[in-house]
Amino acid sequence: MAEIVLMRNFSNPDSHTLAAYRAGGGYAAWDKARQMEPAAITEEVKKANLRGLGGAGFPTGTKWSFIPKNHTGPVYLVVNADEGEPGTFKDRYLLERDPHALIEGMLIAARAVRCTKSFVYIRGEYIQPWRRFSAAVKEAYDAGLLGQGLDIVIHRGAGAYICGEETGLLSSLEGKKGWPKIKPPFPAIKGAFGQPTIVNNVETLCCVPPIVARGAEWFAGLGTKTQGGTRMYSVSGRVKKPAVYEASVSITLRQLIEMAGGVSGTGRLKAVVPGGGSAAILTADEIDVTMDVDGLKNAGTMIGSAGVMVMDESVSIPEALMVLARFYAHESCGQCTPCRESTGWIYKMVHRIVDGHGHKDDLDTILDVAKRGAGTTICAFYDGAVGPYISYIEKFRAEFEALIPHA
Amino acid sequence: MSETHGATSASSRTPTVRAGLTDPATIRFNDAQLAEVRRLQALYPDKRGALLPVLHMAQETFGYISLEAEEYVASLFDLSPAHVHEVVTFYTLYFRERPGRHVVAVCHTLSCHMAGAPKIIAHLKQKLGIEPGETTEDGRVTFLTVECLCACEAAPMAQVDDRYELHLTPEKLDRLLEGLR
Repeated sequence: MAEIVLMRNFSNPDSHTLAAYRAGGGYAAWDKARQMEPAAITEEVKKANLRGLGGAGFPTGTKWSFIPKNHTGPVYLVVNADEGEPGTFKDRYLLERDPHALIEGMLIAARAVRCTKSFVYIRGEYIQPWRRFSAAVKEAYDAGLLGQGLDIVIHRGAGAYICGEETGLLSSLEGKKGWPKIKPPFPAIKGAFGQPTIVNNVETLCCVPPIVARGAEWFAGLGTKTQGGTRMYSVSGRVKKPAVYEASVSITLRQLIEMAGGVSGTGRLKAVVPGGGSAAILTADEIDVTMDVDGLKNAGTMIGSAGVMVMDESVSIPEALMVLARFYAHESCGQCTPCRESTGWIYKMVHRIVDGHGHKDDLDTILDVAKRGAGTTICAFYDGAVGPYISYIEKFRAEFEALIPHA
Repeated sequence: MSETHGATSASSRTPTVRAGLTDPATIRFNDAQLAEVRRLQALYPDKRGALLPVLHMAQETFGYISLEAEEYVASLFDLSPAHVHEVVTFYTLYFRERPGRHVVAVCHTLSCHMAGAPKIIAHLKQKLGIEPGETTEDGRVTFLTVECLCACEAAPMAQVDDRYELHLTPEKLDRLLEGLR
């Protein structure tokens, strides 16, 4: 079993307090990092092969190195704590149970990119995580860890999945509706309030203190050749022990399901969503894949936010797609026509199929609309919706056809 | 959020007005609240960054965000009321009509669905006698269905006011409802 890095403090009921965090060696990495050159910190994170754990899997150190070297104005660090991907709940645990790990990661990251002001964008529904994190920030100010080179502004969202998309998040932070922005320019060049900005996920930043404390080689060695470390898998659906599990990024999906107690319900696996609602579905015989970014990419799906949703044989795939299609119809921000229109219409079509009123051509129409719209929108939201539309229908077509009269 | 297909989005409907409750006579923050608005505005490189936090304040103070409240908040930011309206209507957590004294928001996304969210929703409909998006006549409970609240390990679940209520069953729901006055 892999080393426990991110959840190392979770079993302590006081893990959210500064005293407990310090007692476990907390803020030692920050003491070390403040003696390091900013570029050396970035180099260490690059060598650790840390990749973003919010969804896109982009190399974190590389992202940091995109901040223009000759920039003289402010640089912002923005933490994406707008967790909302269906099937994902890891950041909630980190905010509630180890908020100082995030603060320490922010201190180190801010030094690396020469940032003195940071924002933490917390999902509006996350009241308890927001309270816990706010209390930790206050402790850190009182202890002199913050306010002497780095300030943290905690910003509560107001209910919109799209604000988890980094440019949508920045629009929201600027006091607008959360419409994503066209890239380039990327946030590292022109981000929050027009300034160079690094947007990192909570879990990603929580990996930074252990990397600095124990070294890039150690962290890289926990994972695969192209991705270092362990990560937190949110496992839910039809497993015996739904929970958040930490394991190496090289664990296989089969091993992870076993870690979660195995398949519940009928006990016979039908399908698995490996990386949050937007990931393409895998069938029961496709689960011998490693859970690193590249392993799942090669399997035609994605690790995304590592939200694993398990379906046993009794789960209806058309019904599952209907539920997800409703999610995308509801959460489309409405900015780009292909996404705004397709998500609404596809939900209606899947809904009528499930209700037994599907038309003969519905499945082909959905596939056609999904494929033609992919890649035509400002952000990755619609591509994320297309993943399930196409994979659920293509891999379980007979199940959909059985519901359509005269199919 | 987009209103093109409103029929598909019961959960985004604003709750019905609660009968017999009068709105505050004036939509105004007190001096302490105005100082808090200025403190929040100063935290951002452009004071408009504080719009969402100040709207949260407005909702806590006035109960919901009326058109009048939108205009008032706009005046604190040198923004047009139209900009504030655009923001308020984009997000699900701002109520545009007065909600009940308690808000029960049941998650109905995939893991909760697999764990029985439809039964939980049916039970609430029957128990409260209202549909998702509506408020009971006595103004006690607003009932919503919402998208993933990211507590899938404890499905089915709901947010009741500021708390996450996990591993719901009809019996547990009944006990919860009894506690809501």
